[in-house]
Amino acid sequence: MASTGNMNSETAAARSRTRDRRWALIMAYACLLLFVVFFLFPPFYMLLTSLKTNREIASLSTNPWIIEMGVTFTHYIDLLTKTAFPTYFLNTAIVTLCVVAITMVFSVLAAYALSRLKFWGAGVLATGIFLTYLVPDTLLFIPLFKIIGGLGLLNSKWSLVLIYPTLTVPFCTWIMIGYFSSIPRELDEAALIDGANHMQMLLKVFVPVALPGIIAAMIFAFTVSWAAFLYPLAYIYSDSEMVLTVGTVTTLIKGDVFHWGGLMAGALLAAAPPVIIYAFLMDYYIAGLTSGATKG
Amino acid sequence: MATAAELSSLAPPTRSQPVSRWRKFIGRKSTVGVLMCVPLLALVFGLVAYPAAYAMFLAMLNKAETEFVGLDNFFFLFKRDTFWMVVRQSVMFALVAVLFKVLIGLIAAHAINTIPAKGQRKWRGMMLVPWVIPPALSTLGWWWLFEPTYSALNWLLTAIGADTIPWLSDGFWARVSVILVNVWVGAPFFLIMYLAALKSIPEDLYEAAAIDGANGWQRLFHITLPMMRNIIAITVLFSIIVTFANFDIVRVLTQGGPRNSTHLFATYAFRVGIESGDIPLGAAVSLFMFPVLAILAFIILRNVRRRAMEL
Repeated sequence: MASTGNMNSETAAARSRTRDRRWALIMAYACLLLFVVFFLFPPFYMLLTSLKTNREIASLSTNPWIIEMGVTFTHYIDLLTKTAFPTYFLNTAIVTLCVVAITMVFSVLAAYALSRLKFWGAGVLATGIFLTYLVPDTLLFIPLFKIIGGLGLLNSKWSLVLIYPTLTVPFCTWIMIGYFSSIPRELDEAALIDGANHMQMLLKVFVPVALPGIIAAMIFAFTVSWAAFLYPLAYIYSDSEMVLTVGTVTTLIKGDVFHWGGLMAGALLAAAPPVIIYAFLMDYYIAGLTSGATKG
Repeated sequence: MATAAELSSLAPPTRSQPVSRWRKFIGRKSTVGVLMCVPLLALVFGLVAYPAAYAMFLAMLNKAETEFVGLDNFFFLFKRDTFWMVVRQSVMFALVAVLFKVLIGLIAAHAINTIPAKGQRKWRGMMLVPWVIPPALSTLGWWWLFEPTYSALNWLLTAIGADTIPWLSDGFWARVSVILVNVWVGAPFFLIMYLAALKSIPEDLYEAAAIDGANGWQRLFHITLPMMRNIIAITVLFSIIVTFANFDIVRVLTQGGPRNSTHLFATYAFRVGIESGDIPLGAAVSLFMFPVLAILAFIILRNVRRRAMEL
């Protein structure tokens, strides 16, 4: 008797749990749908605008959220053939590649030293690197304006190659310290017994083992230097040295014709490389980012 | 690497005794360690620490940078209404935006964690789009959405019978707009962090709670949130720094207007220092961020260190 009563209450509890579960699922999907609409409608609207004819963009009688007068690619074609956009793209690509290369050399070397070669002040230095990561570009752009001017690099994309590593190296070093520390010490002892020097050990043992971390750090460096806006806005002013973010936001706006289609096409094309990289390597990046923040 | 090995093997034969001592010194762990940190040290000292110190010096010069004026630039700013507006707006902007980013991040992470595992990646991927697009460029899209004559948002408001909103031309709505865009750009970062934290909470805690008959809210307040306390603290502190020092969004969307109502420290410093050419005054404006950032950095660092010790 007592046992059946117990059974009944248990099945009732189980039933209420499944009801809870279904309700939780419905709520979850409702929230997700709402958020996805919120997060995706601006890029969607940018895409729509970039495919509309100028006549439709200028028309106040049409529904802005659909394309009524036909799709056109003229904005994209004009962007690539009649503006300095390809130059901006090339400049951004050059700067970004250099910055990623510099960042990886600097941060992998430092991270190896800080995680394996105990030397005086290593702990303080690791803390200092973390602090540097917290210094925003907006605090330093004015003194750097003077320093860049003093070096004669004002209005040169090489000034960006010089400065961007301050934004990327600290965090990449931080990520790499986390990854290198997680490599078992038996591995480097074995390599040292085999007579490897530190450089060989770093390149033949640490870099391959910590490859996911290296990819995460590279994506971070790539994203930061591709998206940087303040430094080029402050230091670059001629078309031939201009980078994508600033070029799209400032020069493309200046045309006196109706320019929204071209502007949106430019913004989307400029954003395409990071978006594509993320589509393929998102998991590496998220793993690097969350481990960097939680291991810290 | 090959070249480094060749170089060191080329060196010895010339002078045997001092060279071997030199090689010993070079080969020592601590020497190699310091050498490997030299590029990083040069970068940090040359392009972060030195400019920071230089900023303090610059901020104490007159506009032509010919005379040392002490703290006059700072006192001058204290007497300007615009400056106090910038202070208020920077604080409000950071606090309100971070609050909404935390809320959206928590709710979205919780929702993703609730649905079956095989759909999670797809939903997460879609929600990360704003975080992937360079903010200066996505803000351009928002600017077009807010554009007074053609605003597609106002079109929607009209369609549902509501009044249109003067998004960027009215002081209050311009402040709302820059916060809205900042939340849109920044919320996915919180989502990622919280999702990772949620996944690291041991499942048996929830099973134990279910046996004790805890409902969803009790599980949330007695297990989930306490377990996530650390990561919430870190993300909030970190995001306050980034949001407080924001530049891109305000610069592209409003350029500080209307009538300076949306200026943050960074955009105001740019206006004063670069555009109006008063570099010392601009340096003074941006230096006001320093105490706030230093305090936040100090708290974060204590937190990070404590957790490093727990490991």
